[in-house]
Amino acid sequence: MSNILELHNLKKYYATQKAVDDISFNISKGSIFGLLGPNGAGKTTLLRMITGIFFADSGDIIFDGKKFDPLNDIVKIGYMPEERGLYKKMKIGEQAMYLAQLKGLSKSEAMEKIKFWFQRLEMQSWWNKKVEDLSKGMSQKLQFVITVLHEPKLIILDEPFSGLDPVNANLIKDEIYGLAQRGSTVIFSTHRMEQVEEICDHIVLVNLGKKILDGSVNDVKQQFKENKFGIKLYEVPANLDSSAFEVVDQKANALTVKINEGFKSNDVLQFFIQQNLTIESFNEILPSLNDIFIHLVEGTKATTRAFQKI
Amino acid sequence: MNKVLLIIQREYLSRVKNRAFILTTILTPLLLIGMIAGGAYFSIQGKSDHKVAVVDANGFFKNNLKSSKDLAFEFPDDVDTTNYISKGYSDILLIPKFNGNEKTTYILRSKKSIGLVIEEKIEERINTAIEDKKLQDNGITKAKLDSIHKQSQFAELKTEQQSGTSVKESSEKAASLIGYSCGILIYITMIIYGMMVLRGVMEEKTNRIAEVMVSSVKPFQLMAGKIIGIGAVGITQFLLWVVLIITLSSIAQSFIPHETLEQVKAMQQNGGVMPTGVGVMQASEGAQKIYDLQHSFSTVNWSLVIGCFIFYFIGGYLFYAALFAAVGSVVEDLQTSQSLTLPITMPIIFSFFIMTSVIQAPETKLAFWASIIPFSSPIVMMARIAFGVPTTVPYWQLGLSMLILILGFLFTTWLAGKIYRTGILLYGKKITWKEMIKWAFTKTA
Repeated sequence: MSNILELHNLKKYYATQKAVDDISFNISKGSIFGLLGPNGAGKTTLLRMITGIFFADSGDIIFDGKKFDPLNDIVKIGYMPEERGLYKKMKIGEQAMYLAQLKGLSKSEAMEKIKFWFQRLEMQSWWNKKVEDLSKGMSQKLQFVITVLHEPKLIILDEPFSGLDPVNANLIKDEIYGLAQRGSTVIFSTHRMEQVEEICDHIVLVNLGKKILDGSVNDVKQQFKENKFGIKLYEVPANLDSSAFEVVDQKANALTVKINEGFKSNDVLQFFIQQNLTIESFNEILPSLNDIFIHLVEGTKATTRAFQKI
Repeated sequence: MNKVLLIIQREYLSRVKNRAFILTTILTPLLLIGMIAGGAYFSIQGKSDHKVAVVDANGFFKNNLKSSKDLAFEFPDDVDTTNYISKGYSDILLIPKFNGNEKTTYILRSKKSIGLVIEEKIEERINTAIEDKKLQDNGITKAKLDSIHKQSQFAELKTEQQSGTSVKESSEKAASLIGYSCGILIYITMIIYGMMVLRGVMEEKTNRIAEVMVSSVKPFQLMAGKIIGIGAVGITQFLLWVVLIITLSSIAQSFIPHETLEQVKAMQQNGGVMPTGVGVMQASEGAQKIYDLQHSFSTVNWSLVIGCFIFYFIGGYLFYAALFAAVGSVVEDLQTSQSLTLPITMPIIFSFFIMTSVIQAPETKLAFWASIIPFSSPIVMMARIAFGVPTTVPYWQLGLSMLILILGFLFTTWLAGKIYRTGILLYGKKITWKEMIKWAFTKTA
C-alpha cells in the first residue's frame, strides 16, 4: 500500500520551545491513523503544518507522492480542528454551501453533496436554522459534515467525539469507517485511548515535540507486553509454587500470572493440567494503550510544557 | 469561483441583507434632513422677541435707536429696574449721560440670559445710534441719513482664482462647506467601517471559525476578502444615501413657490442680478438666497471633487481597515481592543482637527504636510481639494499625496497580513503593539 502522507524530519521551533522536533512518519492510504500525545506535545502544530496553515522550519512533507503544495493540495484535505468554529448568525445550509465552495466545489456539486450528507445524518430540517440555534452535539455533527463534504483524500479529525452522546458518537464512528473503506485516509488526533484502540490501525505517539512511538496498535501492544496471562479455574489449588510463573493477582478463581524468563505459556498450562485441574479460560493480557501512554509520558515535563509561553 | 471573491460575496451579502444595514441606510438621510429641518424650525420658534425698556439720560436715542420685530426698544417714562418686568418688558437698558468722546458703559438688565446674538445686536444698534447722532450734529439732515441707510451695502465681494492666464470665479464659502463635508464624511466612514472590520475579524477569531477557514484559504485571502467586502458595503451605503438625498431634496424643491423659481431662472440668465426695466418685479429674498447658493456651488469643479472623494474614501479606508483588521486578529473582546485601537483612532481624530484649521487656511505648511502624510491625507487633502486644483493644491501635490496613500495602504496591508496570520490562531494571550510589530518583521508561521 502506498503512502498518502510522508513526513521527513519535520521541525518547527518557536522562540522559547521546540514545538515539533525532527518528526518523521508515514501514513498509508486508506488507513485510520492515530496521532497521540499529551496536551502541548506538538500535535496541533504538527497538524497545522500538514494542513498548510503553518510552514515547517525544515523537513519535507510528501503528500500523495508529491511534495506538499499547500495552495493546491489544501482542497484534498479536510480538517476539523479541536476548537470547533462556525459562523453563528449564518444559516446552516448557506454555511455548508460557502465552506464547500471554498474547498473548490462548484455550486451544483456542493448542493448535491450537502443534500446527500444532510439526508444521511438526518439533518435536512436544519437548512434554514442558524448555528446559534443548534445544540453542541448538533453543531458537532454539522462540523463533521463540513469537514468530509468535499470527499478529501486526507481527513484530519482533532478530538471528533468530544461533546457527542453515545448514539451520535457511534454514528460518526461508522461514517469514519465508511470513509476509510471508500479510500480516504483518516488522521485521528486524541488522547482518548479506548477510542484509538478501537478505531486506529496505526498510531504515533509524540511527546515534547518528538516521536516516541510508531507502529500498528497490535505491534505496539506486543512491544510493551509483560508476558502476563489470565487464567480462570473452577478450583484454585492451595499450592501455586512454580518455577515457570509468579502469581501477580488473584481474584476468587481468576489468576493473573507473569511468566518467568525462559518459560512459555504452555508451561503454565502444564502446571495446572498435571494437577488435574479444569481450566475454564486462558488468555494473554496485553497492556492497554492507556497504560503504555501513561508509562511513556509520565515523569516527563509534558504537563508543565503546555503552559509555557509561545 | 475564486476564493477571495467568495469571501467578498459572503462578507458583503451577510451585511447588506442585515436588517440593521437597511434601517441605518434609510434612516440616516431622513434623520439628517429631520435634524436640519428641526434646527431651522427651532431657530425660528425658539427666537423670543425682546421688548427692551430704555431709560435714557440724554433723550436723543428715542429717535435714533432702531427697533425691529425681534428686538424692540421702547421709551416709557415710569419704568425702572424694579418694575420693568411687571410692566411687560423683557429687558431694561440703562443709558447714562453721554459724555463727549469717552467710552461709556451701558447696562442691560434681563430676567433671563439674552444670548450672544441679541447682545451683539443691541451693542451694534447703540453704536449706530451714536454714529447717526454725531453725523446729524455735523450737519447731515435726518432725511439724508435715512436715504443713505436705505441703500447701504453697496459692495459685494466677488473672488476669483487665477491659474496661469485663465481666471475662474471662486467661492470660499462653498469651498469650505464642501471641503468640510467631505472631510467629515471620510472621517466618519473610516471609523465606522474600520470598526466593522475589527469586529468582523474578532468574531471569526472568537467563534473559532478562523482555523476552519485557514485550512481552506490563505489567511491573507481571508483578511483581504473581509476588507474588500466591507468596503463594498460602505460604497453601497454611500450610493444609496446619494440617491435618497437627491430624491428627498427634489421633493423638498417642489415646495418652493413657482414664482421664486422663475426669479432664480431670470437671475441665472442675467448674471446674478434681476433684469432691470419697466414692469419687472424685484427679486424676493428667498430667490436671491437660492440663486446665491446655486451660483456658488456651480463654481466648484464637481467631477474633480467627486473623483477625488471616491479615491480618498477608498484609499483612506484601505489604509486604516488593514490596521483595524490587525488589531481584530489579536483581541478576543471589544474591551481589550480599545487600548490597541487608540493608536489607530488617534491619527484619524487628529486629522479631523487639522482639517478644521485647514479649512480656514488651506495653504499653510501644516495643510501641505497633513495632506501628504497618508495618516491624515484622506481627510485633509479632501478638504483642500474643494478650494481648487491646481490653484490651491498644485497637481504635483495631489499626485504625490495619492501616490503616497497608495504606497501607504500597500504597506499597512502587508503589515496587517503578517500580524493577522499569527494573531488569528493565537488564544489566551494579551498582545501589545510592540509584539505585533515584531511579528511583522520576523519570520512567522
